[in-house]
Amino acid sequence: MDDAINSSSPRRVVIDPVTRVEGHGKVVLLLDDQNLVQQARFHIVEFRGFEKFIQGRPYWELPMVVQRLCGICPVSHQLAAGKAIDQLAGVITLTPSAEKLRRLLHFGQVLQSHALHFFHLASPDLLFGFSSATEKRNIFAVLEEYPDFAMKGVKMRRFGQEIIKAVTGKKIHGLAVVPGGMNKHIDPAEVADLTAQVNEVIGWSQEVVNVARELYLANEEYHDRFAQITSPFMGLVDATGGLELYDGNLRVQEPDGQLFIDQFDPNDYTQLIREQVKSWSYMKFPYLIDKGQDEGWYRVGPLARLNACDQITTPLAERERQRFLLGYATPRQSPLAYHWARMIELLHCAEAIAELLPDNDLQSGQLSVTGEPRHEGIGVIEAPRGTLFHHYQIDDQGLVTQANLIVSTTSNNQAMNESIRRVAADQLDGQEMTPELLNQVEVAIRAYDPCLSCATHAVGSMPLQVELQNLAGQPLAVLSRDSSGNIETSSQ
Amino acid sequence: MTSERAFTLDDTEVEFEPGDSLLTAALASDRYIPHLCAHPDFSPHGSCRVCLVEVDGHNRPACTTAAQPGMTIRSDIEPINVMRRQLLQLLFVEGNHFCPSCEQSGQCQLQATVYTVGMTDLHYPPLGPRRELDASHPDLLLDRDRCIGCELCVKASSEVDQKHIFSLGGRGTHTQLIVNSEHNQLGETDMTPDDRAAHICPVGVILFKTGNYAQPTGQRLYDQQPISAIGNHRAEDVDLPPTP
Repeated sequence: MDDAINSSSPRRVVIDPVTRVEGHGKVVLLLDDQNLVQQARFHIVEFRGFEKFIQGRPYWELPMVVQRLCGICPVSHQLAAGKAIDQLAGVITLTPSAEKLRRLLHFGQVLQSHALHFFHLASPDLLFGFSSATEKRNIFAVLEEYPDFAMKGVKMRRFGQEIIKAVTGKKIHGLAVVPGGMNKHIDPAEVADLTAQVNEVIGWSQEVVNVARELYLANEEYHDRFAQITSPFMGLVDATGGLELYDGNLRVQEPDGQLFIDQFDPNDYTQLIREQVKSWSYMKFPYLIDKGQDEGWYRVGPLARLNACDQITTPLAERERQRFLLGYATPRQSPLAYHWARMIELLHCAEAIAELLPDNDLQSGQLSVTGEPRHEGIGVIEAPRGTLFHHYQIDDQGLVTQANLIVSTTSNNQAMNESIRRVAADQLDGQEMTPELLNQVEVAIRAYDPCLSCATHAVGSMPLQVELQNLAGQPLAVLSRDSSGNIETSSQ
Repeated sequence: MTSERAFTLDDTEVEFEPGDSLLTAALASDRYIPHLCAHPDFSPHGSCRVCLVEVDGHNRPACTTAAQPGMTIRSDIEPINVMRRQLLQLLFVEGNHFCPSCEQSGQCQLQATVYTVGMTDLHYPPLGPRRELDASHPDLLLDRDRCIGCELCVKASSEVDQKHIFSLGGRGTHTQLIVNSEHNQLGETDMTPDDRAAHICPVGVILFKTGNYAQPTGQRLYDQQPISAIGNHRAEDVDLPPTP
């Protein structure tokens, strides 16, 4: 895709979602003289500033502060920061209790986040169709038409949150991670309660994997083609190349399935990826250094992890992984395959939780260790949305001097732009904008489960505005949808 | 029958000993009056005003008002609680209090008092003062953002530790905790983790550099019961961080 600087006389189409929740995104489509979509820009117009304002704070505050980045995946940030402050505290190896408590916490987090996305955000699109009435495309309509299915989603998310509460004391923004370990064991009564539920959750997970698979395969050719792009995939793997969510080495897989890099120490990530800044977005654009700024973009998240790994350690999820890739000599590339991959990971988390819960190390044993403090710490985990990097430096007094966070959605930034461009290129005919364009752009973005997915899928219908502008920036036509779902077009 | 040494607090009789303040007598009778700067081990100076009560129709701080026979004290009444909430709001906006990430959250007397008195917003625009964080000491940290100017550390350092390390400098909203050393740095003093001053702060100004966030959510002091039930001055006894 050409850079905007090189664009010849681009026209601009603006899709501006304005919602009543905290995330906010805007899509701009740049058209060339032939009205062809030359470039898509998914603007992130929020500025958070965490990397700056944690400078000067003591390093042990990091997990507690940075988890406030998000209300959906605070655990992921807490754990990534926790791994980094382990290094700052000079701790390389955790005690078995601490390691297992963190893994249990992380499985609970990924499970609840995946359940939230599939049932609450994505399932209305998948069950009712991308172009269904806006008043139907929400969780309440799913509850009405598929009450049993929707309630299982609600209960699965609750189960994941109960895991989080058992480990951290709260469902959202609790704290368990301390330098070199954890601050508490899990209560035996809570273990018993969770154990009583987990087999049912595994059964529901299998059901939802079936639903995701059947929905995809029901129109496989169309789904394969929808918003399809081709990219490398990145994810952590264990020593044998298996799926690893908490602690492993990096693997990057080429679109043809070959490994671009394998068992790469995440502590050396600055030698693997670099971030590019563009003037029109607060979100950076990471790329693989060896491939360069233009060609080095990649994808992370469930689709990337399932494509890149060699196997999954839990049997039911491994069987589903094999079905996922059946007939595919090369990795699946369609963004809509994220939904299916996400549910296979959900099943893996449920199985892994069942394996961990009987472990006595969760209820007893040393919780933390100390070491010789260091000035630099790097924590890398697989958050629900993909690889998450936390990198901190501190001074002799223990105060943060520098921080760099590469969150999962950032790694998918260019990929989302490319997918939007593909959808728009397929849908936009001249200067005539249709509601279908709005819907399909939303669906493409949502497949990546960006951290602002709540903003792109408000309960009810999402207010949107698409505007065509001429070269002078004057609007030619406006297509808008209000919060009641009413669509209005006007010519200027 | 009314005792010769008794006053009424919210229509209930409270007995007192000679020399008692209204606050001392009330607390001795397990009657809670919200307060922050008063401490049983140190002389009161009535600076925070949170212990404001109505004494025979006039507003007085309970910590510096001597108990007298036959006084009629009203504490838990809306006009007084409105003023307390305003005082707490002012304390919040004059400092930088970020409870969600503060390691004293759940063990902080200011936060616990706010919950008890029913303050639910800041109301006033935060002043956002710039206060220097001091991490120069090998074992201790001074986070001045949270200081409410209660001077308990000043008193503990001078009266108990005999070190005279702390004082308040500046005036009005520019008042800050200062350290008695050449460069205003705690690392230049002889303060140790065993000092009384290291354990007296009712908020989160004087902290240890190890053992942080050791108390799990749900098991912190004021997670269990409100400050009105267990009082202000158990935090330093219950949650002594490990000595490095």
